[in-house]
Amino acid sequence: MTEFLNEWGITIMVFLPLLGVAAMMLIPKEAEGSHKAIALGTALVTGGFGAWLLTKFDDLSVEELAALNETGNVPLYESRQWIPTIKASFDVAIDGMSLPLIALTLLVTPLVIIYSLNHIPKPGNAKMFLILMLVLHTGMLGTFVAQDLVLFFVFFEVVLLPMYFMIGVWGGPDRLYASIKFFLYTLFGSALMLVSFLALFAQTGQETFNLVGLAEAVASGDIPLGTQVLIFGGMFMGFGIKVPMFPFHTWLPDAHTQAPTQGSVILAAVLLKLGTYGFIRIALPILPDAAVEWAPWIGGLAVIGIIYGALGCLAQTDMKRLIAFSSVAHMGYVMLGIATLTDFGINAAIFGMVAHGLITGMLFFIAGSIKDRYHTLEIKRLGGLLVQAPRLGWILGLCTMASLGLPGLAGFWGEFPAILAAYQPAEPLSEELFRVYMVIAAIGTVLAAAYLLWLLQRTAFGTPSDEFKDDPEIVDVKLTEWISWVPLLILILVLGFVPGLIFDITDSSAVEALKNIGVK
Amino acid sequence: MFLAAAEAASETPWIFENIWIVPAIPALSFLLIIAIGKRLPMKGSEIGLASIAAVFALSMFATYTWVDQIGFTGGHSEESAEGDTGDAEYSETESLGGGVQSVVLDTPGFAAAEGDESSEEKTESKPVPNACFADEDTGDSDDAEYGDDVDSADKDAESQSSDETDSGTEASAGIQTVSLTNPSGSSVYAASDGYETRGEAIITDTCWFKTGADSSTASGISVGTLVDGQSIMMLFVVSIISGLVHIYSTDYVNGDRRYTHYFAFLSLFTAAMLFMVLSSSTLQLIVGWELVGVCSFGLIGHWWEEKPNSDAALKAFLTNRVGDIGLLIGMIVLYFGAERTFDIAEINRQAVAGEINQLHLSVAALCLMTAIMSKSGQFVLHTWLPDAMAGPTPVSALIHAATMVVAGVYMIGRLYPVFWEGFMMPGTNLNAMAFIGGLTTVGGGLLAFVQRDIKKVLAYSTVSQLGYMVLALGMGAYTAGMFHLFTHAFFKACLFLGAGSVSHACHHSFDMKSDMGGLRKYMPKTFWTFMIGTGALMGIPPLAGFWSKDEILVGAQVWPGTSSEKPGAFVDDGEGFWLAATGGGDGTFTIPFIFGCITAALTAAYMTRVIMLTFFGEYRGGGAHDDHGHDDAHDTHAAADHDDAHDTHDAHGHDDAHGHGGLPHESGSRITIPLMILAFMASVVGFLNMPSGFVKALGLPEGWAHRFEDWVEPVGTGQFPAIDHAKPSLSLAVFATGLGLISILVVRGYYMKLFAKDPMATEYTDGLASKFPPLRALHNVLENKYYLDHLYSGVIAGGTTGPLARAAYWVNQNILDGIINTVGKTGVLLGRFIYRFFDQGVVDGAVNSSGQAAGLSGQFLRGVQSGQVRNYATLMFGATALIVAVFMFAV
Repeated sequence: MTEFLNEWGITIMVFLPLLGVAAMMLIPKEAEGSHKAIALGTALVTGGFGAWLLTKFDDLSVEELAALNETGNVPLYESRQWIPTIKASFDVAIDGMSLPLIALTLLVTPLVIIYSLNHIPKPGNAKMFLILMLVLHTGMLGTFVAQDLVLFFVFFEVVLLPMYFMIGVWGGPDRLYASIKFFLYTLFGSALMLVSFLALFAQTGQETFNLVGLAEAVASGDIPLGTQVLIFGGMFMGFGIKVPMFPFHTWLPDAHTQAPTQGSVILAAVLLKLGTYGFIRIALPILPDAAVEWAPWIGGLAVIGIIYGALGCLAQTDMKRLIAFSSVAHMGYVMLGIATLTDFGINAAIFGMVAHGLITGMLFFIAGSIKDRYHTLEIKRLGGLLVQAPRLGWILGLCTMASLGLPGLAGFWGEFPAILAAYQPAEPLSEELFRVYMVIAAIGTVLAAAYLLWLLQRTAFGTPSDEFKDDPEIVDVKLTEWISWVPLLILILVLGFVPGLIFDITDSSAVEALKNIGVK
Repeated sequence: MFLAAAEAASETPWIFENIWIVPAIPALSFLLIIAIGKRLPMKGSEIGLASIAAVFALSMFATYTWVDQIGFTGGHSEESAEGDTGDAEYSETESLGGGVQSVVLDTPGFAAAEGDESSEEKTESKPVPNACFADEDTGDSDDAEYGDDVDSADKDAESQSSDETDSGTEASAGIQTVSLTNPSGSSVYAASDGYETRGEAIITDTCWFKTGADSSTASGISVGTLVDGQSIMMLFVVSIISGLVHIYSTDYVNGDRRYTHYFAFLSLFTAAMLFMVLSSSTLQLIVGWELVGVCSFGLIGHWWEEKPNSDAALKAFLTNRVGDIGLLIGMIVLYFGAERTFDIAEINRQAVAGEINQLHLSVAALCLMTAIMSKSGQFVLHTWLPDAMAGPTPVSALIHAATMVVAGVYMIGRLYPVFWEGFMMPGTNLNAMAFIGGLTTVGGGLLAFVQRDIKKVLAYSTVSQLGYMVLALGMGAYTAGMFHLFTHAFFKACLFLGAGSVSHACHHSFDMKSDMGGLRKYMPKTFWTFMIGTGALMGIPPLAGFWSKDEILVGAQVWPGTSSEKPGAFVDDGEGFWLAATGGGDGTFTIPFIFGCITAALTAAYMTRVIMLTFFGEYRGGGAHDDHGHDDAHDTHAAADHDDAHDTHDAHGHDDAHGHGGLPHESGSRITIPLMILAFMASVVGFLNMPSGFVKALGLPEGWAHRFEDWVEPVGTGQFPAIDHAKPSLSLAVFATGLGLISILVVRGYYMKLFAKDPMATEYTDGLASKFPPLRALHNVLENKYYLDHLYSGVIAGGTTGPLARAAYWVNQNILDGIINTVGKTGVLLGRFIYRFFDQGVVDGAVNSSGQAAGLSGQFLRGVQSGQVRNYATLMFGATALIVAVFMFAV
């Protein structure tokens, strides 16, 4: 049994949700209850199985896992033939870099499904909605475990479709525009990314799409730096749009604002991380020299994004759009951490991804619940949430505090170390330039506090307007909300005080990813 | 005594190693109150009270233990023999015991190592161990006596370097065993150099997290507690004042709609403050620093239904965030300057030993100064502090007077070597910190004059006194600054709580001019305790403020006879400047000294004004009260619930005072007893640091002199700069007291004349300001608070949230999105073009499909309007699914 799970564990985890999908396909859509039960059960089983699998983590890098796998199956690494004609193989692994993100995915999806139990957005059809959610689950897990460029690309694209439908069918009034913008924008990036992948394959000439193999091939080969920079550029477009980095972020506020609550949560919690994960999993380790060339630009765009996103937030009148814009600023910190090409920076970036996933996911949950109660998210009309729904108000308060990077809550550990890392970036990078970035990023923390607390003041403080004063629909946190929120809230608190829970896992992978930086 | 200290160090008292319990108790209390507080009979306040009682008991025990280690009474001339014994013992165990330092006794009771090589050598050889690396080689080496065991130092150094050669698996195994719940990295640093040491920090650390694995940039970040005189002092202050405020609040805030939340936040604040005070690393300090800020935010905005209150809360938080830019960057610079460490003790050691270069220190000190300016209300970031008075009065006493706002001052003390070396700019010898402090102390004092709100007077007074502390620290008068922090906490808390008691009696108004006057007749207990607090603040001997203020003025070393004998400001040992002495002797601090004297006079004057307006004359609050605007708005709903609540437990006739036109009355015992305790403290704590000359003159035992200094200021630990101490001067004390007395008499005379004319009056209608235009202009500037608020909220905040944010968003919607939409529209046109001319014209399979794809993308955008997008979506899905399928199964 152990042998079998060592050989198939990751694959099972990735495709378990599809098992649920298959079952749901057979049941008519009127049986909403059984759809919900199956979807939740599938997500929980996937989560439980995945969690068990993750306990096998032993701080080994993919390379070490691959070496050990030669002599017998080890957990967290699987390699098998897939499409020999194009040299693509089904290589999957879990290391310190992907583990926190997989854990996040395994956690968030069931919570979102729990939330959906009584929050299926209009126009209903729980069957399709939940099927899409589970397909999304497989896509996200697959992207995080993939160790082969083709496999990665496939999963990266699989994620796109369910989200497209979620926004396009279950979204707000402007959903069609938002969904098509989301889809085409991301697809555009993916196309360039695919070209880069193929170019990389052709240039290395090693007949492999395996990440470790490609990294070795590039390190030992002699691809001209100019070519590497171009290849990196293609990846940059693919990943950068997904992050999203300034100035490719304009799809995000629309997508977030129009998406149903569940879509927004998944989008913020996991989907945005696919881009940043791509950078640290693929772009940096395989093309270290090109990364050095690109890093100042990425860092620059990151800090512009921090300030720009914050200013964008200050101009918003819609709560959900404001939260969406804040993602641009927060992902700026993540990208700044990555651009420093230091271990501290990458650790901060991964922490930042998880923290942003938890916190912004929570904020979207809250926004959704406010929308349910008030039927509007226009900040001007809200106010006095703490009077009418005190617990909801305090949870909003906690999450805004976490989001503005308050020490002692999770958000801080993505933000501060990224700023810190910018003080002394990796050897070949310009210290002066990055110190300027550091100061700008630090100024961004003030703006973050400004827009978030201003939001809190205008929505939670004060007294309710006459419009909503006696509205019976405005009630405090409901049971399904509690169940889906409490795990996130606890993690936000615990990670804030015990950051080692993530740093100790990611650290050696971060060092591993950087081993070729500045070698040449 | 020192023998005792040495013994104690070898077996560290239990309380010092487990001091983390102290902040943990209120943290737990916070969670409990949040969880079950509302269901309890006293609505959660009993949990808060119990936790603060436990904190108080433990803090007192810790203080006792600390003081016992150093000695309740001192007298260094007698002690030196014992001190030698202690040294001898060390030299047996320690190979470095040789090379006895040349101990220079500058002033009685002070001994420091001069900058000779041997001491430098020692400090270099002893980096403070890092909990993240210490236990990897030695396993569970609990409580390694670091200072005694040179070998272990080498081992630690080795273990750091050997990490590089160790295989990755071994290092990774180490990572997993280290966690918060496993404090195996606990290590105690007890420096024991060959010369007199006093007040070594006891550090109990555990690894927080590591980064950089086994690479060259590896760094371990530890978390833990650091116990030394300074943290013990704060522990004492915080636990006493927080305890008294808890008791006071049970009456004052009783019946408030958010009584439970109030106590929850008090507990959280106490926890955060103690966490910060006991931090062993700068990163932890940042965490505590911001957490107290959040509690302050929550409590200022306690009555958030009214916008002015939440505005004040936001202003406080955001102003502090501006300062925090400096905090973050400063700590980052220090981290890299000190070779990647956040350990406070290690940073201090390196700063003293000159291992951090001057540029790093100066930049870090300047950046951190910004943080201090915001947190401790220094000019020009002080504007939030007076607004913070929107919170409940006990909170103002605890957070915005006695504890949180001194966090900045505390941080200066905590990282004193950094500030000390960092601000010593060679050549100019101008200490920026003293200047900022001086400006603040005078600027704040002036503003206190024009306030009608008694709490605002006290708030500006706090600003002014915080400036005094910073001024002292800037001049190298470390003990004086810390001592002033200590005494100020008691008398200012006494004054704030007294003001609360007054407003409790006066319809919850804080307006001195319209609602007070003549109160001494009605509330004698409040009056007398307020008088004692005022006297202490003014510096009237023998109250507490006199001693600390006098010490600060002495510390400037400007007054004849006060300067220490050391010449020059710098000791240049050839390897750069280090152990920089105050150098006040050459008149460097003349300007700060003058600022200090002006403030002494100002303080006496504005406090006399408060006393006269509040307690003398006739009671003016009898009239209608519907018109005092928002000043007391925040207390009105507390009052509304108040009356009925009071009837049950107090029989002092609260109700008539709340009815319009009633006379004021004395507050209940849960308010007056804390006042009396604080007044008592404000009268006696000054004796803790009497100059030895004074002690001699009175014929007291010599060991009673400068106890506070001995308890708080470390000596010879290698983690504190060697400061030379100024000599106390009787004539200066007389001069400063005289300044205060003259101000009191002048202001009192002014009001006595006024009251003689009209007991209800509060100012002359034809006052000086109305006669002389320059004075009127000054008055206007003060009324407008130097126009800083206009600049901040109008120009800066308004500009950012208004035009700047709108401009950015305009760019987003019109330029960035414009490009995208144009691309989309072009796609539509292209699609139509292709569709018409290629697809319809030439029937070709390949062209057909590509045209369809382009057409699709275009039609989708058009479909937004036409509403037929769902058909296309199906098509699109089909097409993409096909592509994916091809990819997946094209074997």
